[in-house]
Amino acid sequence: MKVDNIYKEEKKSAFVKLSEIIITMASRPSGLIGLSILVFHIILAFISPYIAPHDFKAIDPTLMLQAPSAEYWFGTDDLGRDVFTRTILGGRTALTITFFGSLIALLWGGLLGIFCGLVGGKIDDVVMRIVDAFLSIPWILAMLLIVSLLGTSTEVLIPALGFFYGKGIVRVARAATHDVIAKDFIVSARARGHSNFSIIWNEIIPNVRDAILVEGAMRWSWMLLGFSSLSFLGFGVSPPTPDWGLMISNARGLMSFAYWAVIAPIVGLSSLIIGINLTADAFAKALGIDRSTKAPV
Amino acid sequence: MLFLIIKRILLGFITLFIVSIITFVGTEVLPGDACTTYLERQAFGEQLEACYRRLGLNVPAYERYVSWALNAIQGDFGYSLSGEMPIKDVLGPRIKNSLVLASAAIFIGIPIALILGIITALWRDKLPDVAISTVTIFAMTIPEFISATLLILIIAIWLEWLPGIVIVPTDVSFLELLPNIILPVVAIAMIMTAHMARMVRSSVIQVMASEYVQMAILKGVPYWKMVFKHVLPNALLPAINVVALTIAWLLGGVVVTEVVFNYPGLGRLVIESISNRDLPTVQALAIILASIYVSINLLADLLTLMLNPRLKTLQIRK
Repeated sequence: MKVDNIYKEEKKSAFVKLSEIIITMASRPSGLIGLSILVFHIILAFISPYIAPHDFKAIDPTLMLQAPSAEYWFGTDDLGRDVFTRTILGGRTALTITFFGSLIALLWGGLLGIFCGLVGGKIDDVVMRIVDAFLSIPWILAMLLIVSLLGTSTEVLIPALGFFYGKGIVRVARAATHDVIAKDFIVSARARGHSNFSIIWNEIIPNVRDAILVEGAMRWSWMLLGFSSLSFLGFGVSPPTPDWGLMISNARGLMSFAYWAVIAPIVGLSSLIIGINLTADAFAKALGIDRSTKAPV
Repeated sequence: MLFLIIKRILLGFITLFIVSIITFVGTEVLPGDACTTYLERQAFGEQLEACYRRLGLNVPAYERYVSWALNAIQGDFGYSLSGEMPIKDVLGPRIKNSLVLASAAIFIGIPIALILGIITALWRDKLPDVAISTVTIFAMTIPEFISATLLILIIAIWLEWLPGIVIVPTDVSFLELLPNIILPVVAIAMIMTAHMARMVRSSVIQVMASEYVQMAILKGVPYWKMVFKHVLPNALLPAINVVALTIAWLLGGVVVTEVVFNYPGLGRLVIESISNRDLPTVQALAIILASIYVSINLLADLLTLMLNPRLKTLQIRK
């Protein structure tokens, strides 16, 4: 009976804690701006297929490169497609892929980092050498190689991005684990005879969770940057799927006559990246972690 | 001290060794090989056999790795598939061009980042800080290809001040290159400066809050003397490592920027060789870019070690 009560209280307090964090985030102007941009983009990603005024892949040669008008709010592109429709649809793929990619990165990077920090010794040395080696291969080269050989489907992109953006989390999780591992409660858990698994689950994860979550949030924005760079280079999603990176790269050649076709996706992508970044920053500050001293590895 | 330096250099070499294995295995296990891509539909029977023999692909993988690695150490990366040219001849001018671009951006970026970082830290939460920090957040988060595209649109197309696209042969001389690289350098320097300025800012703020700085204030040390003598030396040291990591990370961004400006550097070679499935060149590029990353980090570590007397004694005591 008593145990039940304790569990209920913990559950409630986790929910309260989350809403407190969000309130703290929103109490700073930068956090409020970031959160609203992010929420706006997420809502837009859900409702855009229902509110799009035109067909995103309808090609009409008579409407090529029209300036913005009442019918075509952001003008049309080089194939006569409506830029407004394509812009509001352009964030869906990027958001979905990078969101699930970040989840994968968080999971494997966090768990491997905690494991290495806990066991230490030879295994730790070997794993960290390999992680260092992967870190020193530029992400763009590795990603380009993978997608050019395995294709650019979602099933390839999500695990590939998740893997490559997770290796940095290994380091953060390992360092955070090192910080808690020498504390008394770990020593006493060992003395009580708990297994490694139980120590990781009950003692370490609650203590390193904040640091890893903040890292994951930051990584989300870098992954979005990486993903849209891939699309821009022609190695991301394939046409005619509306995607901001792809739209910018298509419209770039014609921007001396039709700047609207390039400005609209630029605003869309920049605002989303800034939104995620400000949110992640505010999240870090609300949890009392200073992000700005860390390099984007 | 000497032992530490040697250990650090050895670790760098081990990292590079693992990188070479990763890239070799990576290009090996992925479907298709150099010959099937090169011959495309004619990849069967006699022709395939001939190609394997010509490129030496008929020997076991580990033997090929050993011979490839031994040659690579001497700077010989074999032949590129598409051009049938020695890879080192392809790489030479590209490396030079990319180095010009990156070092120009670093030399412009570091002083500006220092000044901005110090201003924002000393006037923390006041108007200069808020204004500069807002700009740096934008410069830092916006992808390189967007800032580069906007620069071309505004400076080259609307204002017509500078050429928007670099149209020069790969082996152009430095003076001819100069007017062409201004926009790419600005595009790279912007994002790099923003990253570094933010690190300098938080580093200076941390030191300003420390006890010995409070002590100096209480003792009545003049403000600027205190800033330059007590705060900056201590604040900038930890920033070195982070700056190195940032520069290394931006190698990826340099690739994208080079493509936007059509700049004949390593970045465009990355894209070209991957599009052509020129795996020998890709392997060479991976090793070279990884060595750049490792040596930048090594340099930063050694610099921190040499500049910080406390770290020396600390390591010896260990």
